[in-house]
Amino acid sequence: MRIGIDVGGTNTDAVLLDGTTVLAANKSATSADVTAGIIDTLDRLQAERSFDPAQVQAVMIGTTHFINALIEARRLAPTAALRLGLPATASLPPLVDWPERLVEAISGRSYLAHGGHEFDGRHIAELDPDELRRHAGDMMKHGVRSVAISSVFSPVSNEFELRAAEILRSELGDDVAISMSHEIGRIGLLERENATIINAALRELAASIVDGLSGAVAGHGISAPLYLSQNDGTLMDVDFARRYPVATFASGPTNSMRGAALLSGLDTCAVVDVGGTTSDVGVLTHGFPREATTEVDVAGVRTNFRMPDVLSIGIGGGSLVASDGELATDLVTVGPRSVGYRLTEEALVFGGKTLTATDIAVAAGRAEVGDAAAVADLDPTLVKAALARVAADIADAVERMRTSPDPLPVVAVGGGSILLPDDLPGSLAVHRPDHFAVANAIGAAIAQVGGEVDRVYAIDPGRRDAVVDEARQEAVDRAIAAGADPAAVRIVDFDEVPIPYLPGNATRIRCKAVGDLRLGTAS
Amino acid sequence: MSWQLGLEHLKDLARGAAILGTGGGGDPLIGRLLVEQAIREYGPITVLDPEELDDDAFVIPTAQMGAPTVIVEKIPRGSEPVGALRALEKHLGRRAEATMPIECGGINSMIPLLVAARTGLPVVDADGMGRAFPELQMETFSVYGVPGSPMAIAGEHDETVVIDTGPDNQQMEWLARGITIRLGGVAHIAEYSMTGAEVKRTAVPRTLSLGLSIGRAVREARAAHEDPIEALRAALAPTLYNHLRVLFRGKVVDVERRTLEGFARGRARFTGYDGTSQLELRFQNENLVAEVDGAVVCTVPDLICVLEADTAEPITTEGLRYGQRVTVVGISTPDLMRTPEALAVFGPSCFGLDVEFSPVERRTEVLVL
Repeated sequence: MRIGIDVGGTNTDAVLLDGTTVLAANKSATSADVTAGIIDTLDRLQAERSFDPAQVQAVMIGTTHFINALIEARRLAPTAALRLGLPATASLPPLVDWPERLVEAISGRSYLAHGGHEFDGRHIAELDPDELRRHAGDMMKHGVRSVAISSVFSPVSNEFELRAAEILRSELGDDVAISMSHEIGRIGLLERENATIINAALRELAASIVDGLSGAVAGHGISAPLYLSQNDGTLMDVDFARRYPVATFASGPTNSMRGAALLSGLDTCAVVDVGGTTSDVGVLTHGFPREATTEVDVAGVRTNFRMPDVLSIGIGGGSLVASDGELATDLVTVGPRSVGYRLTEEALVFGGKTLTATDIAVAAGRAEVGDAAAVADLDPTLVKAALARVAADIADAVERMRTSPDPLPVVAVGGGSILLPDDLPGSLAVHRPDHFAVANAIGAAIAQVGGEVDRVYAIDPGRRDAVVDEARQEAVDRAIAAGADPAAVRIVDFDEVPIPYLPGNATRIRCKAVGDLRLGTAS
Repeated sequence: MSWQLGLEHLKDLARGAAILGTGGGGDPLIGRLLVEQAIREYGPITVLDPEELDDDAFVIPTAQMGAPTVIVEKIPRGSEPVGALRALEKHLGRRAEATMPIECGGINSMIPLLVAARTGLPVVDADGMGRAFPELQMETFSVYGVPGSPMAIAGEHDETVVIDTGPDNQQMEWLARGITIRLGGVAHIAEYSMTGAEVKRTAVPRTLSLGLSIGRAVREARAAHEDPIEALRAALAPTLYNHLRVLFRGKVVDVERRTLEGFARGRARFTGYDGTSQLELRFQNENLVAEVDGAVVCTVPDLICVLEADTAEPITTEGLRYGQRVTVVGISTPDLMRTPEALAVFGPSCFGLDVEFSPVERRTEVLVL
């Protein structure tokens, strides 16, 4: 048995799974006290379906705490950003492109020092230990509690970041957390450095959240290992989460999509999550969300996190329905304006005065919420036209996300999915799995573990296959080190980009391996 | 006619320069951040219309050369392009009165602005490529008789190299490329020094303001929920780049890249939303030729731009990924880039393509899109 919990900004969802069978599921309001909230959630699961805590093999949690802390600019540690690269890179010091409010919230201090590598591993400059000790002294004087270290081309060679971390640790002591960029991001100095600084600023909060989660789970008599879900749909164990909270940022949409896949039994499909205001459309290929390819802005900071590619359109259960003219039904619009969370006050079926998409669904007999009598007099032509509008807009969004001419099955989740018909225009079948409201928690519970390599390789003539094998093996090894079952690890992503203008066939290889979590063998 | 370029212009210019980069040219983001910092420190930049230059004014263009993948990692110290400019001035025994871009697409739209901010020199609103090209001899300056030599190259350790290959711009490119690799894969250069009269005779005029105006048009269209590609067409209509043709709408279905002779060469295939028609794009850092269902619809030096379907955000050849939804457009280049002399330097045959150049507006006359 395993337990999946999704701690969102508004709701906390929890599920108890046996294999892939849902034994119990519930949804409650997220509480301010993380520990108390999780204890309450576990109590409810226990009440719904009594289970022996000793039989629980793993607990997986997805949370938005870290991204919310960044967006709200609170509970962030005083942080220093140290970059090794002088004399290069001086024109754009760390934190240069950050919103001022956020720099203040982390009491951000920026330091440049000599070091860094060229693309081919040569040193830009040698490391200067005295320079680093001077910077450490200044950090101490200013009460820095967490440090982010970045070095030019550290994905090619991590040598300088490791040495600088050692020097800082001996100067600052073990109480100051150190985050290194080569462990966090890919090629692209500013984006990788930004992610590392965000990570550093979250380290103290991560420690307190992880302690709270562990305490709550242990307090319930569960001794199974605890995992957090990451942006790409794979898991990290809690000790890892203490050190790399930034990797859990965008787990919400990923978990929702993977949960939808499990519930529907489809591993290649479009997932439409219909909420109150928007519908989010994503695509799963072989069980994993397709990733966005553009840089992702988080709280105004440019990063290169791996995030799912999601298309949002303004249609949800609370969308306003308007008709322009006398039964000119082809002019009926649904959204993008919405009553949002006021649905239960403003919709006709709840005694309000606003015609919403939910009223249409009730009038059409697709849902039983509120007072159906309140919509009994709606013009059937209007109801039909509004539903057709919704179906056409969602079908169009799915169509735009589709990458092959083959029909793509659609899985509908979320409270607003009652708006969708059984078939979308373009002969797309709509699947509506049970438990669709807790898809996020299910996605967390079934997440796998992964390993990734992203590095520039010099490929000698005739050596391409050997280099590719080396990169794949390293990704597999990393996945196994992260807890994957060695028997079930596979490569899910491989990307090879030659670097123009450079000799030696310099090529950037990105490779990702994932596998099922090894259960029951954890200590 | 001269005007002041400030912080408020930079985002639009970077977007416009990425469109003019026609798939290459390097990500202008780092360039924009460099110029932002420089303007904060040194104040706004004076932009001169080429017609304002005295005939005997002395202009030294400045630029960055190297691999886009290195540039995103090894950010400049900031002093290198000025270092190259000063080294060339010293070699020539003459001070520059203005700097100028050699390339208006990608990151090189920004480097002369960094030089201008740091030195107080004005920057001329013109360039020598009218887009982005991969090599230093691919310049209208070169086509119309201005030699690139002598050129100066600078690195972040204050080291400089002067190359003088006389009138042979290809040899200059070859030597400079080798030095750039020794300098870590990215270097800053000053070359094609010329008089105001030569600027007026050989440069593609007003490409800095062009980048700015198309970048602004796309942003404003997005904000107003209007079609950004139509806005781009309208912004280009009164310029020397007056034809925009939508070549294709569809999705990326295959991307193949390899390194040959130091360049990222490859091809990408797109399938239309109907699932039948196909566009094939060949590139060498920049996009070179587009064929729809086997018929050539646009070739270098006309611009082939792959734009994100909803936002018209330009996508570089390195950024092409399976499944992206795109609109591919062809944009006509100015007449001075389409003469037989110009085509001999940067026409299809210079990239090993067995295709005759024909203007995009003529090739697409029969295209119904």
